[in-house]
Order: sequence, then C-alpha cells, then structure tokens
Amino acid sequence: MNTESLPLLSRVADSVCWMARYIERAENVARFIGVNLNLQIDLPLAPAHQWQPLIDTSGDAAVFKERFGVATQTRVIEYLAYDLDNPNSIASCLRFARENARSVRETISSEMWAQVNSMYLQIQSQRSLPEPERMLDAFREIRMGCHLFEGVTDATMTHNEAWHFMRLGRMLERADKTSRILDVKYFMLLPSASDVGTPYDDIHWTAVLKSVSGFEMYRKKYGRITPSDVVDFLVLDSEFPRAVRFCVTSVAESLHSITGTPVGAFRYRSEQLMGQLRAELDFTSVTTVIRNGLHEYLDRLQYKMNEIDDSLRADFAMRPPQTQSQTQTAGAAQRAGEDANSKAGA
Amino acid sequence: MTLNDYDTGGFYDEMFDVAGHPRPEAQLLLETIGALRDGQLERCQQAAERILVQLGITFNVYGDSAGTERPFPFDLVPRIVTSGEWDWIERGLKQRIHALNAFIDDIYHDQKIIKDGIIPEEVVRSAAFYRPQCIGINPPKGVWCHITGSDLVRHGDGQIYVLEDNLRVPSGVSYMLENRDLMKRTFPQVFAGLRVRPVLEYPSYLLETLEAIAPTGVTTKPVVVLLTPGMYNSAYFEHSYLAQKMGIPLVEGRDLVVEDHTVWMRTTKGLRRVHVIYRRIDDDFLDPETFRPDSMLGVPGLVSAYRAGRVSLANAPGNGVADDKVMYSYVPDMIRYYEGEDAIIPNVQTFLCWRETDRQHVLQNLETLVVKAANEAGGYGMLVGPHSTAAEREAFADKIRANPRNYIAQPTLALSRVPTLIGDHLEGRHVDLRPYILYGDEIRVVPGGLTRVALRKGSLVVNSSQGGGSKDTWVLSAEPGDRG
Repeated sequence: MNTESLPLLSRVADSVCWMARYIERAENVARFIGVNLNLQIDLPLAPAHQWQPLIDTSGDAAVFKERFGVATQTRVIEYLAYDLDNPNSIASCLRFARENARSVRETISSEMWAQVNSMYLQIQSQRSLPEPERMLDAFREIRMGCHLFEGVTDATMTHNEAWHFMRLGRMLERADKTSRILDVKYFMLLPSASDVGTPYDDIHWTAVLKSVSGFEMYRKKYGRITPSDVVDFLVLDSEFPRAVRFCVTSVAESLHSITGTPVGAFRYRSEQLMGQLRAELDFTSVTTVIRNGLHEYLDRLQYKMNEIDDSLRADFAMRPPQTQSQTQTAGAAQRAGEDANSKAGA
Repeated sequence: MTLNDYDTGGFYDEMFDVAGHPRPEAQLLLETIGALRDGQLERCQQAAERILVQLGITFNVYGDSAGTERPFPFDLVPRIVTSGEWDWIERGLKQRIHALNAFIDDIYHDQKIIKDGIIPEEVVRSAAFYRPQCIGINPPKGVWCHITGSDLVRHGDGQIYVLEDNLRVPSGVSYMLENRDLMKRTFPQVFAGLRVRPVLEYPSYLLETLEAIAPTGVTTKPVVVLLTPGMYNSAYFEHSYLAQKMGIPLVEGRDLVVEDHTVWMRTTKGLRRVHVIYRRIDDDFLDPETFRPDSMLGVPGLVSAYRAGRVSLANAPGNGVADDKVMYSYVPDMIRYYEGEDAIIPNVQTFLCWRETDRQHVLQNLETLVVKAANEAGGYGMLVGPHSTAAEREAFADKIRANPRNYIAQPTLALSRVPTLIGDHLEGRHVDLRPYILYGDEIRVVPGGLTRVALRKGSLVVNSSQGGGSKDTWVLSAEPGDRG
C-alpha cells in the first residue's frame, strides 16, 4: 500500500492560494476602514485627506474618481466594503473566497468551508451601511471572522501541500498590503516636515501601525514613534507577523515545503527569486532603505513580489491572474447532465 | 403535538394502517412526536434548515444567473422501513442489478437475448442511450453498472414496485448521508430505542467498489478520482461531498489529459497517472473524440484509454440503453432469462405504444394513465392523465400516434404517504424511495436511501425543481417487539 500522498492538482493549488488571498484581502480592507473611522474621531480632516488614501492603497483611485468623484466617508466605505462592482471590496473578496472554497471543498476541512460560507452569507445579508454606532463593530467582526478562518485552517487542516499553498497566498497578500499602506502614508506624511515630532504626526504614525495591527507590538520593541523605526518594524522585522520580511520568510518556508528543495538552494525560478528577495531583506538596514528613498524601495519590492507571483504560476502550472475572474460561463457545466433529483413519482 | 386529527386521506400511509392506528414500527416514533411540546418540531425543523444554509448543502438552480443555490427542502419526520421489508428490497435489488448488468454486457457483445427472441432488436437499436461505440468493450470484472439508484414506489395496494432503474449517473446519495447527520444533530431523541441501521459506510463501500475495478495489472493502490462538470452543475455539492468523504481528488475535465492511451492529471509536480474515474458527467460529454465533439467538459481520448483497459470508468459508458422506459418493461424478462428466476420486486404495469393493441388501449384510456416519453427524465414529456385537460390529452394522443416508439403508459399510481410537517401540524405527503446499489467485487445495498417527498398538497411529483423535498430513511435493524 502506498501512503505517499498525491501531489495537488494545479487547479486546486491555484484555488486554495486565491481563497486564502481573498480572505486576507478582506481582513486588511476591514482593518483599514476601522482604523480610519477611529482616526476621524481624533483628527477631523477634510474627507479628501481622510478617506482618499484608503482608495489609493487599494490601487483603485482612477476608477473611484470616475464613478464617485470626491472620497467621502460613506462613498468610500460603500465602495470598499459592500460594492460588488469593486472586485477588491470586502463583499467581493468574500464572494471570491467562497467560490474558490466551493471549488476545492473536498480539499479543505468542513469547518473551513462552514466559516467562509457563513462570512459570505453575513455580508450578503448586509444591504446598506451599518448604523454609525454599529460601524466599528461591523468591521471588527469581519476582521475576527477572517482571523477565525485562519485559526480554523491551522487547527483543522493537515499542514500538507494545499495548506502551504494557502499560506503562500495569504503571506504574499499580506506583504503586499503592508508595503502599500506604508508607501501611501509615508508619501502623505513626510511632505509636512513642519509636523514631524508633533502630536499630529504621532497620531498619524499610530494609525499606520494600527492599520497593520502593529501598534502594541511596536511600542514593546521601540517605545517612541519615529518614522524610521516604523519603517524598520513594518518592513524589516523578522518576528512581527505583518512585517514584509516576516511574510516573505513564511512564503519561502512554504515554497520549500512544497518543492522539497532545501532552503538555501533552488530548482525552480520562484525559489531563486524568493531566495534573492529574502537575502536582501535579511541583510539590508533601514538607514539604507530610507537614504535610497522608501518609495523607490517599496516600488521595487512590489515589483519583485509580482515577479515571484508570476513564476509561481509558471512553476506549478497554475492559472495566470486574469483567468481568476470568476466569470466562467455556467451554461456548459449545467447542461452536462445527470438526472439530478429530477423525476416524477407518478 | 397532537396527532389526533391526522388524516390518511384514503391513501396507503407508511405510518398508519387503514384504520388510522399507528403501524407497529412507527409506534415509538409517533409517541415521541406526540409528546413534543407545541412548536418544538417546528423549531427543530427551522434549526435544520439553518444548518443546511450554513453548511451550503444546496443544489444549483438552473436558468438563474451566477448559479443561485438553494437548499433541498428537508422534512424532519423520517420514513421507516421495517427490517423484513428491507431484506426483501435488498434481495430484489441485487437480483435486478445482476440481471441488468448481464443484459448490458450481452447487448455490447453477443446480443443473445435478441437472438433468442426475448427483446426485439429494433427496441435496442432505437434506444436513445444505446451507444454502439461501446460494442466489444470489456470493463474490469464484467461490471458495467457500478452505482445504481433505483426508484421504488408503494402503490395503494401496499405493494412496492420498481419505477425506474437510473443506471447512468444517479445522484442524491449525499442527501441520504446529510439527512441522517441532520437528524442526529437536530432531533437526537427519536433515535432512542429504534435501532436504526447506519448509512455512514456508504463512502467506504463506494471507494472499495471503485478500487475493485482498477485496470488489470495495477499492483499499487489505484489512484481514484471523481470527475465533475464543475461547480455550476446542479449536483456539484454531491460531487465535492463524496470526493471529500472518500479522500480522493475532485477533478474537472481540464485537469486530465490522455497520452499513450493513459489518463494523467495535471498536478503541481507534473503529470500523475489516474486508474479509476468515478465520472459524474453523462456519456455524451465524456470525450469529444468519441461522443459529442462540442463538449468542453470531458477529456479528449478518454474512451480510447478506457477501451484499451488503461483506465476504468464508473459507471461504464453505454449503460443508458437499459434506462430506456421501453427497455424497462422487459426487465422481468431479463431476470427470467439471465437469472432463471421471477423478479422479486415487480415492475409497474407498462403499455408500450409501439404495440398496436397497447397503443389502442392507451389512446382510449388517457384520462386514467400516466404517459411518459421513453428517454426523458425530470418529469418532462409526461402526461398525468387524471390531472390533465382534454386539450392536453388530445395533443399527447397526436404525439403518440406520430412516434409510438417513444411513448409508454402506466396506470396512475397512488403513491404511499408519510406524515410531513406542514405549518404547525402533520399532513400526509406522497413519497418514493431511491436506494443505492453498488457493484464491484460484490453487489451491496446500503440500508437506507433517499426518500423524496412531494411537499405540495396532492402532488405526486417528488422532483426537487417542482416542490419536492426529502426525508431521512430509517431501515430498522430488528422487528419491533425484539427491541433490545
């Protein structure tokens, strides 16, 4: 009897990876909104300054402007949370996550399916914005739902190849989001040099850290808030689970678990690119990063992660990103038959 | 909850006898239900429905955009089958499947049954699901119908009949399994003392069946996969459910490739050989090189690999020849011919419209008969005489005269009923029963099945798309009286 498990179908690898990625994306968006709602109470700014950066972080500024114009709180929350025409809204992400989960329901545990399905049903039933007093709670619940999914995944599913593909998707997404929020906020904050060191600045940097659930952990490590320490923490920390370096290290670990190649060596293009990025993050310092320009650095980082993404697809015969559009026509599959539960009992 | 005003309505009721007294096997269950506080059964029912939605136990509704999913309605009051009756059903189904398998094998080989004049050749060749591409194929162990879901009905005379055989791609077994889970979760107290036989071995039996038919020469543990048309298919839930319970990969056509008459699946580590495919795709869509060239769901070259004995398919292509409703009427003859026995479970009396005398009888009695197209399912192409208008009967008479081969007629059956929760009380609703028969090294029938129920008052249509639902089916392990 052969007990060696079969390698994963490429289609399944692709779907579990995206499923995890969409859940992570939903969680991040929910957190950004929550932090901004808080920030607004502390720092009432013009809406364009307050809410536009969230749209910038999601990379949808042009589309948003064309559809809605000025970024008001209501419009931004509707767009980022509930708008099904926005493929990156929380509602869309949870829908896609569920679609992917449904297509690999035999691979994941029943508990994982039940959790992603109940999050989907929950947001589906939300027809309008929550009442103001419910707003923060609503986004906290989404965040906790996503955390629950991650926990259920770790606790109920064998940490096999499929699990590693999920971790890969989750961590690539997380690294991407951390680097984006840092990029956008840094860009916004630094020009106002006169504010550096003021309480105003402090509140903003606190918000950045809270955007990645990093405020408390940052405090423990650095105490006072300075821009360069924030960058060090969010990009180069090896222990904080949302730091880019931590995410990249996790991706590398999972990748090597999948391929069986020892860490430090490579057989696949993705392993090579991964190793190079990892070495760079391991051996760079925050002073160098800032001296050479944080924006340029993060830009290159994003480029490298995209390259890794593409090479993963090629190495494991997964689908290119544009076919993950969830718009396959249903007709052919439906007509394929089966007598189903159909027939007259007469 | 009071059962005093329950009315059997003159039908055969599975729980009450003609006089309205509980049948012995239902006594305990009815006592339990009777002792429930008002509203308790409804609350259990609502809890069950919530669980179905939460778990996404749904079927896809066709013709709806973006694949709308709905739960298959579930009724909490089970259908009970006594141990003695089940033994009889089991023997009857084993006999029937053995004969049907012999028939299919015969049809694609020597056609002795035709040569011996039992079945006219014309009937076989004109059957819509007869596949000449399958002539001469030798599936492993000579087994063609690995998974069958025969529909049984009980008529007003108390007799159980086989209504049809479903030898192609029968579905619904996941609801048999889920219904039991749901009952245990929402209504655990009623199992006490009844000794209901478990159904949970089904996925293991199914896997054993599939492993048993691996191509000859495969010495390692065979790689078995389940082939689905994809997540938009109405039975997708069942496909993923069975694959999960068996621990086998769920594949789509695009995951498979045929090279050198061998089937491979595309994995993250390259191609891996596949030995057995439990396919949940109809024959026509299996392989564009052999069947419908426009099918994008299947795998080009699959049938050639199958023919070469390099991969096994369950069910075997070509089985549909025996699903034809004209062929159905010959099953008792097949059983006599191949088994040398009389059929244990009888057929429903069937008039074949291509026979002159039968046709005259049918045309003169349309208002009392049910007329069915020979090759259709799902309640399509059907006339229920007693519920029809004169104009409908006239239109159907014309169809019969134009194409007599394609129509059969049967007496309208008064399907038996089971108490069903309607609003806040129980009412009788008509049911059928689909047990699942597995055939690998041996023929096995899991004690249970899918009881489908026509939820609309007076309706005889148990079809899920026409107001049908399902119930748990309890096969008891001992006669009442020797509970212990």
